[in-house]
Amino acid sequence: MSPDTAVAAAPAAVDVFPAEVQRGRVRTFIRRHPTIALGGFLLILMVVLAVFAPFLGTSDPQALAPARRVRPPSDVHWFGTDMLGRDVYSRVIYGARVSLIVGLSVAILASAAGLFIGLVSGFIRVVDGVIMRIMDGLMSIPSILLAIALMALTRGSVQNVIIAITVAEIPRVSRLVRGVVLSLREQPYVEAAIAAGTTTPRIIWRHILPNTLAPLTVQATYIAASAMITEAILSFIGAGTPPIIPSWGNVMAEGRALWQVAPYIVFFPAVFLSITVLAVNLLGDGLRDALDPRLAKRI
Amino acid sequence: MSTAPMQTQAPPSGAARRPLLEVNDLKKHFPIRSGFLSGVTGYVYAVDGVSFSIDKGETLSLVGESGCGKSTVGRTVLRLIEPTSGQVLLDGKRIDDLPASELRPLRRRMQVVFQDPFSSLNPRLKVKDILAEPITNFGLASSARDVEERVAELLDKVRLPRDAMKRFPHEFSGGQRQRIGIARALAPGADLIICDEAVSALDVSVKAQIVNLLSDLQDELGLSLLFISHDLAIVEHITHRVAVMYLGKIVEVAEKSALFAAPKHPYTEALLSAVPLPDPTAKRDRIILTGDVPSPIKPPPGCRFHTRCPHAFDRCRQEEPALKAIGPGHLSACHLHDAGVMRPTPVTQAA
Repeated sequence: MSPDTAVAAAPAAVDVFPAEVQRGRVRTFIRRHPTIALGGFLLILMVVLAVFAPFLGTSDPQALAPARRVRPPSDVHWFGTDMLGRDVYSRVIYGARVSLIVGLSVAILASAAGLFIGLVSGFIRVVDGVIMRIMDGLMSIPSILLAIALMALTRGSVQNVIIAITVAEIPRVSRLVRGVVLSLREQPYVEAAIAAGTTTPRIIWRHILPNTLAPLTVQATYIAASAMITEAILSFIGAGTPPIIPSWGNVMAEGRALWQVAPYIVFFPAVFLSITVLAVNLLGDGLRDALDPRLAKRI
Repeated sequence: MSTAPMQTQAPPSGAARRPLLEVNDLKKHFPIRSGFLSGVTGYVYAVDGVSFSIDKGETLSLVGESGCGKSTVGRTVLRLIEPTSGQVLLDGKRIDDLPASELRPLRRRMQVVFQDPFSSLNPRLKVKDILAEPITNFGLASSARDVEERVAELLDKVRLPRDAMKRFPHEFSGGQRQRIGIARALAPGADLIICDEAVSALDVSVKAQIVNLLSDLQDELGLSLLFISHDLAIVEHITHRVAVMYLGKIVEVAEKSALFAAPKHPYTEALLSAVPLPDPTAKRDRIILTGDVPSPIKPPPGCRFHTRCPHAFDRCRQEEPALKAIGPGHLSACHLHDAGVMRPTPVTQAA
């Protein structure tokens, strides 16, 4: 290694594809990160369904048709109809909106709150013990139970569901962020920055935050997946969104009584929920592998 | 603790000059807590009464085996960790008790180079941003152009190409990264650079380049270096004076030539006899120490080295020897000097 020779550019060069055609790049990406590609594809599919729900051959998901109750799947009602004659296909497609909104909102809110609490806890050591004991207390209550308890205090609405699940998810994020902050604080580059006279707010902004974002993003995807399941469970047991809103949990709850005669009412929303949660989890796993160099398996 | 604030010996050249860095009876005891709400159950006596000084343009090496507290001394001097007691004087001004806001401008004068060239550079910042940080912190540049010009000069100083500033740390080899680390330490125009095992993680050939770079920079810029290392061969190459640490205390301080030719403390003798010789056929009397380093949580009473010292006698187990002058610029902490039994070469044991 002579000081005069140009700087080595070995590892990064692999990521550069100057003259490749677009298609080649897509194929390379899929080969290198199959889980991100599959998870991303399924998730985009769900988002498209949710956004374009009115144009996908659906009818009003809340329209009652007592004459056509509990019809099996047919070319008119692809997923059949429920006990009130509502089109299950329409309700499932519109239900994607509720699930995705809840998943995304909880992921963002819990990450933001957890990031703040984790940073405070990691940097202000005097409050750390108190904050972390509160978080331990929250964590000791199963998140479903905590969400049910919070929902019992308020009216059923999508906002309240989001808030209830967020509160239950915050401890996990703040623990993660605190752990990352504590390990980053010991990094020599942070100590060098302190020695170089950088102020604490600037150290957080320049050195701590950017290196916290990767693990936080991965954690956020898992939170989104778990929030969707929690929302479905809350709705299923009647503690979530009001029954009039077509969420997957509500559709399944309504189909429960008819499970033996009309299993399709429960089956279709369950499949959609599974696929969505799987997609988000795949995306999270893929991101973790791509962002964490220690776990990354290179080509 | 008998290491009373000992009078720092006169610097080798010239008498009444003020040293750049002066450390008096520095102590760092890490509390051991066993859990939330339960109190402190003990202390790790990592640094327990260390005194030394460094003149302008001088290199002092701090040597000793792992866990003896040498890195803690460096980090405490830099105030990366707070000292338990003792004084740190930079150019005659006490910095150990300054509040953070008053300390910050003084940080410009002392910088640090760490051991691990990989974790010492933020992976998400370009080299230019890494080097610009101290420059902008201390307001040393008037404009963005000025910053870039200074960064380019720093890269010249450490013999890296100027276009390195546009790259990320992961694009460099270990030796190149260490050059970036040195450039960052030079960026604010420091007088004192603390090299905490700065070359220990590098390959032998690269190690030599970095050591030579440090020597060159020292001549060029009149830097003072506190060179913390366990590698005596490298130390012999770069240093002016050497301070030997054992279990949180300095046991011997001397000019390089005096220390390597005629070590006075039994621990220094043992340490030097462990340095590999380049000639494989050369025979040497090695002093093999038995036992492990005692725990710094419960350091042995009396002389801390008595549990492993081949010459230990009763007094060593009861009374702690003070670090005192035994020759010009040569200090050692051993009762043998009083007893007058210290020979130039003690027990000879076949290796």
